[in-house]
Amino acid sequence: MKYEAVIGLEVHAQLQTNTKIFCGCETAFGEEANTRTCPVCIGMPGVLPVLNRKAIEYIIKTGLATNCRINAYSRFARKNYFYPDLPKGYQISQYELPVCEHGFVEIVVDGAVKRIGLTRIHLEEDAGKNLHTSESGASLVDLNRAGTPLMEIVSEPDIRTPDEAAEYLKKVRSILRYIEVSDADMEKGNFRCDINVSLRPVGAKEFGTRAEVKNVNSFKFVQKALEYEIKRQAQVLDEGGKVIQETRLFDSNKGVTFSMRSKEEAHDYRYFPEPDLVPVATAEEVIENIRKTIPELPDAKRERFVREHGLPEYDADMLTQSRAMAAYFEETVKLAGQPKVVSNWMMGELWRLLNADNKEIENSPVKPERLAGMIRLIDAGTISTKIAKTVFDEMYKSGKDAETVVKEQGLTQVSDTGAIEQIISDVVKANPGQHADYKAGKEKLFGFFVGQVMKASKGKANPEMVNELLKKKLSE
Amino acid sequence: MELFNLTIHELHGMLNKGETTSEAITESVLGRIKAVDGKVRSYITVTEEVARTQAKQADQAGKSGKAPSPVTGIPVAIKDNMCTEGVKTTCASRILGNFIPPYNATVVENLNKAGYVMPGKANMDEFAMGSSTENSGYFVTRNPWDLERIPGGSSGGSAAAVAAGECIAALGSDTGGSIRQPAACCGVVGLKPTYGRVSRFGLVAFASSLDQIGPITKDVTDAAIIMNLIGGHDPKDSTSADLAMPDFTSSLKKDVKGMTIGIPREYFIDGMDPEVDRSVRDAVKTLEGLGAKVVDVTLPHTGYAVATYYILATSEASSNLARYDGVKYGFRAEGAKDLLDMYMKSRSQGFGPEVKRRIMLGTYALSAGYYDAFYKKGQQVRTLIKRDFDEAFKSVDVIATPTAPTAAFKIGEKSEDPLQMYLSDIFTISVNLAGIPGISIPCGFTKSNLPIGLQLLGKHFDEAAIFRAAFAYEQATDHHKKRPKL
Repeated sequence: MKYEAVIGLEVHAQLQTNTKIFCGCETAFGEEANTRTCPVCIGMPGVLPVLNRKAIEYIIKTGLATNCRINAYSRFARKNYFYPDLPKGYQISQYELPVCEHGFVEIVVDGAVKRIGLTRIHLEEDAGKNLHTSESGASLVDLNRAGTPLMEIVSEPDIRTPDEAAEYLKKVRSILRYIEVSDADMEKGNFRCDINVSLRPVGAKEFGTRAEVKNVNSFKFVQKALEYEIKRQAQVLDEGGKVIQETRLFDSNKGVTFSMRSKEEAHDYRYFPEPDLVPVATAEEVIENIRKTIPELPDAKRERFVREHGLPEYDADMLTQSRAMAAYFEETVKLAGQPKVVSNWMMGELWRLLNADNKEIENSPVKPERLAGMIRLIDAGTISTKIAKTVFDEMYKSGKDAETVVKEQGLTQVSDTGAIEQIISDVVKANPGQHADYKAGKEKLFGFFVGQVMKASKGKANPEMVNELLKKKLSE
Repeated sequence: MELFNLTIHELHGMLNKGETTSEAITESVLGRIKAVDGKVRSYITVTEEVARTQAKQADQAGKSGKAPSPVTGIPVAIKDNMCTEGVKTTCASRILGNFIPPYNATVVENLNKAGYVMPGKANMDEFAMGSSTENSGYFVTRNPWDLERIPGGSSGGSAAAVAAGECIAALGSDTGGSIRQPAACCGVVGLKPTYGRVSRFGLVAFASSLDQIGPITKDVTDAAIIMNLIGGHDPKDSTSADLAMPDFTSSLKKDVKGMTIGIPREYFIDGMDPEVDRSVRDAVKTLEGLGAKVVDVTLPHTGYAVATYYILATSEASSNLARYDGVKYGFRAEGAKDLLDMYMKSRSQGFGPEVKRRIMLGTYALSAGYYDAFYKKGQQVRTLIKRDFDEAFKSVDVIATPTAPTAAFKIGEKSEDPLQMYLSDIFTISVNLAGIPGISIPCGFTKSNLPIGLQLLGKHFDEAAIFRAAFAYEQATDHHKKRPKL
């Protein structure tokens, strides 16, 4: 049978506050175990949580950037379960009345815009980490991360394919980074994802039984886990079986999901309102003030890049994935014009070099004014586009500007008719056989002569002039 | 008169006049502890060294001309569920038997700043769960008026210590009557402030939405003095009210003219001890004689209070006590096979039977499928109970009731029957559910010379009204001057 997947995602994003959500400890990472802790975040007797207002500000900002309703009142709840990395024996989270509800984000699927609904966004605290040492056989607990503020972004089951899931995640990450509330870096574990997926026959309205895949930690793995889960569930259904409601984990080495616990074994978290915290009241005025701090978001920017700069959708989409990227683009265009040329350089040479170095565009050794300077040299005919690639490489490596690189390496384009004619003459003389064949009608050999001339000029000959003068010479 | 038998305000006066020193007061109290605590057993930990150091500091501060606070140099006992930096804080539980907090509760910090002296940490029912102090994980505290009887609970150690002169005053905590009922049993004054009036930071939580810290003292003036020092907004406790604190000593006036006192008919029930009934009615007459207008009021949902309380308080407790898991601090059982076994063994061995009973009750009440029937319903009834009081307080300033249905009962009398025990708090529980303030003051004695308590209740954040009524009554009577013979 043909099935359609119904997918919902829960994203846990760490908020980039300086301090933890309920105490004054700093949210630093990679520090020595248990050095960023206090009686509150290690759950000592008698201590009480005090809400970090910045966390509320950030989640409201997120809600506004994703078209959510911001609840006038929201409240915290306790999620009760035992685990050594959970010092209080409960996690302070939200259950009824989250901060944000009923939002959406837009993704582009096959050239069309698709809306993915957001059920809710709520605040909660992260747990610590258990460390299992093989030497002593003991398990240790590091509570540095305990109490770090997290946002849980829950989507509606509006996603249909693994590709849409990846697009959705990219869009959410992009928004969080635009509004500067989260690094949203999956590798650092501050952007994690739980997947809910079920299948139903194409055309059916009812949802099938879903499986949850917990804690998938890269975009690639989300896609892989979904592909595997869809295949697995389809097979179960085709064989006349039933999908079991359960929690599964993804084994990234084998590319498979496996059962962690069934519904019967599922925790009863015994949620109830957190009595140590008063409900959070959010005034309309506060919301409006936060709204003012939201910059132009990726969708709006993408549309504008198409409209104002005449970029193709694809280029606009790629260049607006991060604010820094978009800013780099606009700055370069301001100095050098030619948006499509700038886009090509950024998405070609610049990305290739940055990716190879694992560098963000903010740390690019070639700044916008340098790229613009190079483009101006091309315009002026000082260098050819081909030579420009060499120049750009050198600019990236040395941090020098284009003019300096061109001067130091003698890369100025040769546009002197006499000099080019001399090279052409030498090349034609050196290849009499090919010349004869060309004259006999083998016009394909033109390319051969161009190559030889460029080689002889070390790539510096003005290509247009070479074409023109060569044609003349060969037909003599 | 021995110094240990005096009140805060009496001793403060003597200190001011140079008639005594904090060292002398502290030695008097420590001597009294040596003499009688073997019988009464008020303290889990006596902090002699801390007390002597603080007394010296208080005397030196006095000499250097620093203006003393009303409790400078005065020994105030701390219930063992309030964190004291560097001093063992057990909650009378084996599971916290070795717990030394690295921080002070806000109330302790406030008393520290005021220059108080800490004679020790008072015994209590384990995690404040009980009405007799028989649930202490260590030993039973005895009533100074009759050593065969309970001192009430859960702040039984604090109340007994005050009555026995083992401290000048004490702090207790009250979740369902745990300050007022032991105060009544021991013939002393005990105030549960409005929820949110006193910071709960550093109070080991039993039921967070009900717990309040308050004073247990020899008279109403002392209670007002302590309230002035421990009350007020604390940024470390989100549930503490950001309201101005009046000077409660200024509300102590000798009359109640113009005040209306309500008598809730639901609080004068069958099965109440006739001696208690008579004493409380006499006390109301006394107040009437002092100028108060007395009217009947009704609190129709009173009958649901105990059931509501035992759902909500245990629900919160089941979550609050989850942190005692043997992982980070406190007791960890030996010989566990794996993680689950470590949890089970540590908690089974570390908690006493009443605590375990309440954890199980609360866990059940919060479980999927039962939440609506128990916890949620409980919250709804709680709202009704609160509304009863709001309604009644539209026409009265203060409500007067007995504090407990009987005077102190015999040790062991109810310990086998938890339901009977729970009924000891029948008159105090609604007050916590509603969040209003209540005070218990001595209003007489039974024929067998056991103290009886009068409870006065006020509107939210109107401790001033109940202080005024309590003080006027106290000034017109002598019950508060009696001391047990030990």
